[in-house]
Amino acid sequence: MAALTKDLGIATAPPPAARHRRREGHGIWRWVVMIVAGVYFLVPLYAALRFAGLSGFKDVFTTPGFGDSLWLSVRLAAVTWIVSMLLMIPTTVYVHLRMPGLRRLLEGVTILPIVIPPVVLIIGVLQVMPLALRASVWLLALEYVVLAMPFAYRALDAGLRAIDVKTLTEASGSLGAGWLSTLWRVILPNMRTAVISATILIVALVLGEFTMASLDLKQTFPVWIVLFDQENAQISVAASIFALFVTWVFLMLITVIATRQSRRTGGGEVTLFTVAPQQTIGN
Amino acid sequence: MTAKANETQGAAVVGTPAATVSGSGEGTPVSLQNLTRSFGATKALDGMSLDIAPGELVALLGPSGCGKTTALRIVAGFEYADSGEVLVNGRDVSGVPAAKRDMGMVFQSYSLFPNMSALDNVGFGLRMRKMAAGQRRGKAGELLEMVGLSAQAGQYPHQLSGGQQQRVALARALAIEPHVLLLDEPLSALDAKVRLQLREQIRTLQQRTGTTTIFVTHDQEEALSMADRVGVMSNGKLEQVAEPAELYARPATAFVAEFVGTMNRLPGELAGPGTVTVLGVSCAVIEGGPTSGSVDVLVRPEGLTVAPAEGGNGIISGRTFLGAVTRVAVLLSGDTEVRVDVPSAAALAMSPGTSVQVALPPTPVLVAPRVR
Repeated sequence: MAALTKDLGIATAPPPAARHRRREGHGIWRWVVMIVAGVYFLVPLYAALRFAGLSGFKDVFTTPGFGDSLWLSVRLAAVTWIVSMLLMIPTTVYVHLRMPGLRRLLEGVTILPIVIPPVVLIIGVLQVMPLALRASVWLLALEYVVLAMPFAYRALDAGLRAIDVKTLTEASGSLGAGWLSTLWRVILPNMRTAVISATILIVALVLGEFTMASLDLKQTFPVWIVLFDQENAQISVAASIFALFVTWVFLMLITVIATRQSRRTGGGEVTLFTVAPQQTIGN
Repeated sequence: MTAKANETQGAAVVGTPAATVSGSGEGTPVSLQNLTRSFGATKALDGMSLDIAPGELVALLGPSGCGKTTALRIVAGFEYADSGEVLVNGRDVSGVPAAKRDMGMVFQSYSLFPNMSALDNVGFGLRMRKMAAGQRRGKAGELLEMVGLSAQAGQYPHQLSGGQQQRVALARALAIEPHVLLLDEPLSALDAKVRLQLREQIRTLQQRTGTTTIFVTHDQEEALSMADRVGVMSNGKLEQVAEPAELYARPATAFVAEFVGTMNRLPGELAGPGTVTVLGVSCAVIEGGPTSGSVDVLVRPEGLTVAPAEGGNGIISGRTFLGAVTRVAVLLSGDTEVRVDVPSAAALAMSPGTSVQVALPPTPVLVAPRVR
């Protein structure tokens, strides 16, 4: 495609004036969309800030249950992330390499957790799980692995499609690398962006999930916020805003670091939902 | 801009005896014995056998789907044969995984590891062989120098041009001092000029290291110009294995004749044992092919003569200027068109529409079953 447009160069490029007009037209709409979306998101946030007031923020950190529930959510996010990666990375790589025909099926299977309501999932799980596991908070992590699967799979799949896994694997193999070395030194470093996308999605999902945690009677951070809301609405709202802020800082940190890493090896900018393909400069 | 400058610079560096990297010494003999491989109903390889001498460069040439890549991948260990053996140094390697075969491979698509610098790419195979870091860097550096890319050692693949990437890939493959070097259309993604330079560079390096090499290509010019011997493949079989000059001058089959170089088909009649009547004269027939009836006589454009003549047997239908020679197209009676090479000076007198006489010098010719 790049070659094609290069060849046709002059023929396909619109005259400068027309291009300029079109960009201006886009510009107006871009601002309209920005402002509408901004108002939609910022007004409730502002209202929440007004409602919580300064005192709400002062008290939130000393409120009983705040630290414990936040810590539980962070631990759950970490465990969910580890299990998801251990499960999904080898699976997606294997499917890409050996059973590309299965990709369709896997895409269908991994979307099931979105199609099936979380309520149904958790009630089913609680019915069949042995008591020991039901009492443990880690059951929730396993449930989150299932819940995060559609996002993790899609992010990793997109990342693998952006690189030539087959050729890289064969090149690495012919140079004497076993499959573990190939996965660790060749494939993983080149799907870093995808892994980071998956990480972001998993972390955001776990930090915000309410239904399952609540039905499983575990006091994660979102559950604590809702419970506490009945006692002191101001502090609860302050906690929500704090959670939003923490998540936002965390995600920004990941994208900035990932983009810096990705640029170094020729990748594009890392955003929350895209995996930029590798740039090449041709001949 | 640096990319272009480096291409030429790189080509110039090759041939200097500065680098001291040697291959596996005297080279390794390789033997493909009766390889067959089917994918569903299609036979990719149908009993292919080939013996390659130590240090020899053999090109496998053929149209896409002829099985040449499958053969290469079986040697590499990425694909298995349904039956038959691959002997390296006399030992059957069929059960040996690719990672333990010591084969250096250069791929058609860019295969450098994007997360590693050129130097680390070249050193990867050595790292897998647990060579110490200092020694590894030294050797990788030598190999980069050999392909003329010392200055690019710290650059990442995305900062290199296509030609440079393939040169790094070549250095990477040679770094492990492989038994066999496998080249899977390594030049086909490059543009014409770079392709030409890299062709010479690969050949020079291959001869210097003495590495036994199998080179797969669909480009006959590449095969003929680089290889010690060329194997022409069709439908999973080797049609002929011969030195380039031999292949061109004495093709064993009609397929080889028409796949390698340009070939004219002239209608002829077999007159008796070993003679054919074509263009009104009798010619000796090279053995092989049909023995009686109507045939096509195969003649190269330089194997025919043409001269302007009133009431001749053909009419000029087109001219293509190729430099020293001009290839003219002549329409003969019976709607047969032939291409004939004539010195460009002589071609001036043959504008389209000119009546000409086409003749066949009395040399033995190859015949094939008539297609029309």
